[in-house]
Amino acid sequence: MSANGKPKFAMYWAAGCGGCEIAVLNIHEKILDVDANFEVVFWPVAMDAKYQDVEAMPDGSITLTLFDGGIRNSENEMLARLLRRKSQILVAFGSCACQGGIPGLANLSAPESLFAAVYDGVSTDSQGVRPQAVWQVPEGELHIPEFYPILKTLAQVVPVDYFMPGCPPEPHQIAAVVDLVIQALHGQAELPPPGSIIGAGYSTVCDECKRARNVKHIRAFERIQNLDHIDPALCLLEQGLPCNGPATRSGCGALCPQAGAPCIGCYGSAEGVLDYGARLLSAFASVIDGNTPEEIERCLDGIPDPAGQVYRFSLANSLLRGGKTACDDEEAEQELIHEAAYHD
Amino acid sequence: MTQHNGHTGQERIGVYVCHCGSNIAGTIDVEAVALWAAEHLNHRGVVVARDYKFMCSSLGQELIEKDIQELGLTRVVVAACSPHLHEQTFRIACQRAGLNPYLCELVSIREQASWVHTDKKAATEKAKAIISGGVERVVWHAPLEPLRVPIHPATLVVGGGIAGIQAALEIADAGFPVYLVEREPSIGGHMAQFDKTFPTMDCAACILTPRMVSVGTHPNITLLTWSEVMEVQGYVGNFTVTIRKKARYIKEDLCTGCGICQEKCPKKVIDEVFEAGLGYRKAVYTPFPQAVPKYPVIDRENCTYFQKGTCRACEKLCPTEAIDFEQTDELLTVQVGNIILATGFDILDARRIGQYGYGRLANVFTSLEFERLSNAAGPTNGQIVLRDGVTQPQTVGIIHCAGSRDRNFNNYCSAICCMQSLKFAHLVRERTGATVYNFYIDIRTTAKAYDEFYQRVLDDGAILIRGRVAEVTDAARLPGEEGKLIIQVEDTLAGKQRRIPVDMVVLSVGLEPRHDAKEVAHRFGISCSADGWIIEKHPKLDPVATMTEGVFVAGCAQGPKDIPSTVAQGAAAAARVLARIQQHEIALEPVRASVDESKCSGCRICNGLCPFNAIIFHEDRMVTEINPALCQGCGTCVAACPAGAISGTVFSNEQVLAQIEGLLLDVARRAPAPEPAPV
Repeated sequence: MSANGKPKFAMYWAAGCGGCEIAVLNIHEKILDVDANFEVVFWPVAMDAKYQDVEAMPDGSITLTLFDGGIRNSENEMLARLLRRKSQILVAFGSCACQGGIPGLANLSAPESLFAAVYDGVSTDSQGVRPQAVWQVPEGELHIPEFYPILKTLAQVVPVDYFMPGCPPEPHQIAAVVDLVIQALHGQAELPPPGSIIGAGYSTVCDECKRARNVKHIRAFERIQNLDHIDPALCLLEQGLPCNGPATRSGCGALCPQAGAPCIGCYGSAEGVLDYGARLLSAFASVIDGNTPEEIERCLDGIPDPAGQVYRFSLANSLLRGGKTACDDEEAEQELIHEAAYHD
Repeated sequence: MTQHNGHTGQERIGVYVCHCGSNIAGTIDVEAVALWAAEHLNHRGVVVARDYKFMCSSLGQELIEKDIQELGLTRVVVAACSPHLHEQTFRIACQRAGLNPYLCELVSIREQASWVHTDKKAATEKAKAIISGGVERVVWHAPLEPLRVPIHPATLVVGGGIAGIQAALEIADAGFPVYLVEREPSIGGHMAQFDKTFPTMDCAACILTPRMVSVGTHPNITLLTWSEVMEVQGYVGNFTVTIRKKARYIKEDLCTGCGICQEKCPKKVIDEVFEAGLGYRKAVYTPFPQAVPKYPVIDRENCTYFQKGTCRACEKLCPTEAIDFEQTDELLTVQVGNIILATGFDILDARRIGQYGYGRLANVFTSLEFERLSNAAGPTNGQIVLRDGVTQPQTVGIIHCAGSRDRNFNNYCSAICCMQSLKFAHLVRERTGATVYNFYIDIRTTAKAYDEFYQRVLDDGAILIRGRVAEVTDAARLPGEEGKLIIQVEDTLAGKQRRIPVDMVVLSVGLEPRHDAKEVAHRFGISCSADGWIIEKHPKLDPVATMTEGVFVAGCAQGPKDIPSTVAQGAAAAARVLARIQQHEIALEPVRASVDESKCSGCRICNGLCPFNAIIFHEDRMVTEINPALCQGCGTCVAACPAGAISGTVFSNEQVLAQIEGLLLDVARRAPAPEPAPV
């Protein structure tokens, strides 16, 4: 507790787009409850703060920390370890922190090819320049965070108390979690067991989707822009759109499929599922209606980027962790073995 | 995120490592494995680990029983052969000692380790890993009870060839009802088309027709010819089968089988089925005079009345007014407890073997055509003549393995062609005195009295040339080849190329699965091999059962075979069915899938996948349920469920993952120690 007696709150933005930070503000007047119940001690997006200030805080002095984004560089990791040490409740907030998210798809490529894309590619004229972790200048030595071979989820680096999925988490779910924590602090509610997924449902998006569903026989997968007409009342998957809803955890209210856009899977897997993409791919494969290998092949060709489709948000948290190219790196391989041991 | 720790610390596990004589002990240091398990898996709950010469022997089993009783074991892991072989043995041993049989896990260190490795050290390490997997898995086992279901006493036999006839008669003679379904107008199958049967040269009709008549008149057999099975629902003991009885346009209760309609019908049709295209039948016909049942059918496609609206000659001349042009297909639903599939084979389309000229060169015949030619009741009254119908051949070439043992067609041996070709050689020699050449790759005459028959054909004067025929051509190059068919072959014994001019070529074409075997298999919930033959439960120890309880297979539907083996299988399948019927009920393995309704979102991904129709969707609650009596535990829906809402007993995620973790024991030990996580 701080001097004013309020529990302390922190939020940190690691390797992600920052949408999660905006999502917290998107809870509208509920944000006033946050302010009324917590003292915000560290939230770089909202207020000025220095890492040294956090280091100076006693261990375990922050009651609740929302950590969004994955761990892509040494700065992300340092903050993850620091905030873990200082926090009582550490929440992996949003798809990137939980499962790696979109930045996790970079695990399909080796760092050098990522740099080549960024520094030799479309956006700059500094051809051939590469960021260096350490650089000598006349004034002395400059340090920037070291870029890691692969992106990791927060839980692959430090123990996490709760996981709150979504890209970003839905405002009503954030509000409910905030309410729950406040009530728990006042002894009016109990927090779920550590390791739980919070702010989400238990089954999958189909549970919340109003579209009619039948036995599925998929002759062809189509991209949405290639369809002339989409039946507004019928399951999108049955219309040939690769909709990730059947494998994706409920909790969002099936917003995308209700609006006519296939689910892209940001809430991750349902309870107890070990590998989201493998589950989804085997579900898709199960309903393909083809008799010959050629027919099946043709149908699968309707999904131009299978890894991006089934692991869009969860590659870093999958059994694969990354593509072979990225993991060819010996250092990355050691990291993976290390993680496996850590998780045992 | 969801790591688990399977070991509750409460289980007392016994590990038993089998030598299997030298089968396992020859490659794996079984004593070391048992010692290792006792020492290193002790912290996982292993309280005793033993090795024994033959665990499956009664002494081996007693070892387990004694330990269960004296040491209070709560789980048993046996490291021996494949579960297919002895899972039941050890489960029953556990049961005898008072332990639920499903708390026993059999891991294979024979098929999966000793038989497939030569490096003793590595194989021994692998055996340890396999046992570690079994130990991790077995703690997740739960006591289960088998499901008991009653057996309906009736049996469906599909296919009225000799296999189906034999099976139907065995069951009917034992006093139980049989529905025999045949899609042609008569039973008899391929055997009814043959003249003689090897090696004894009995007349096929003489031995077959009495059995056909028995089927037709048997009080316990409901014979449904010109009929097909449309749908099968249910499960062992309780199948509901829908059969389409095609319209015959003949009133069976009035028809006497006098044959006047066939005689008077003005429309002649080439008989592509029974006469293999060599003879004619009428538009109203029975395929052959001894057909059972005796009632003809009207072939709608070729009947003048049906096509042009006039004629009705048969109707006018039928003495019993048995013709009924208004008949329609009937759908019958029958209840049966067991099903025997005896759907037979097709012969390979000889046109596919372009280099042998069938369909292009008139005097190239298929084996089935030759059977009809040589049949005394056939189109030539048994005269072996060329396509012109009059000329006797002076020389005949018989080509074995046409389309068999050939990577361009079928890799397998069709099993009957050697003997069939030798039979043809014998018939040609006997009836025409023509010179006969047999072209073979290998002679396979392995059954009783077969090789003696081969010797007899050699003594008859048939000339056997070892070599696969390259080509049959009518392009003469050398003197004496004009007007002949020339067989180009490498005589591998003489070591030279030969060109042999003949008048007639007979292709011993291979047997193939029925063209619709895959659909039929799907309808009955069973599987076919890559070649298309129905897969039996075990190729040696369970050759007439299938992986689907209550569905049996007999005869060539399972693979090419001769008449004796076919009859043996028909009888064997019947014996299996009779044993079932007389037990009145059957205990089913409780390996079943089930749905956690709280996780099921009703996405319906799984709904169309079940090969056993066990999945029910509840529209009102939008959830899927699995009927445990129908479910065979195949796991298809478990794998497909995107929500992980379906799990299978004995193959739960916990069990499978725990086993994998156990298997990876060595890998984990080699991994660097984890850095302590800062908190």
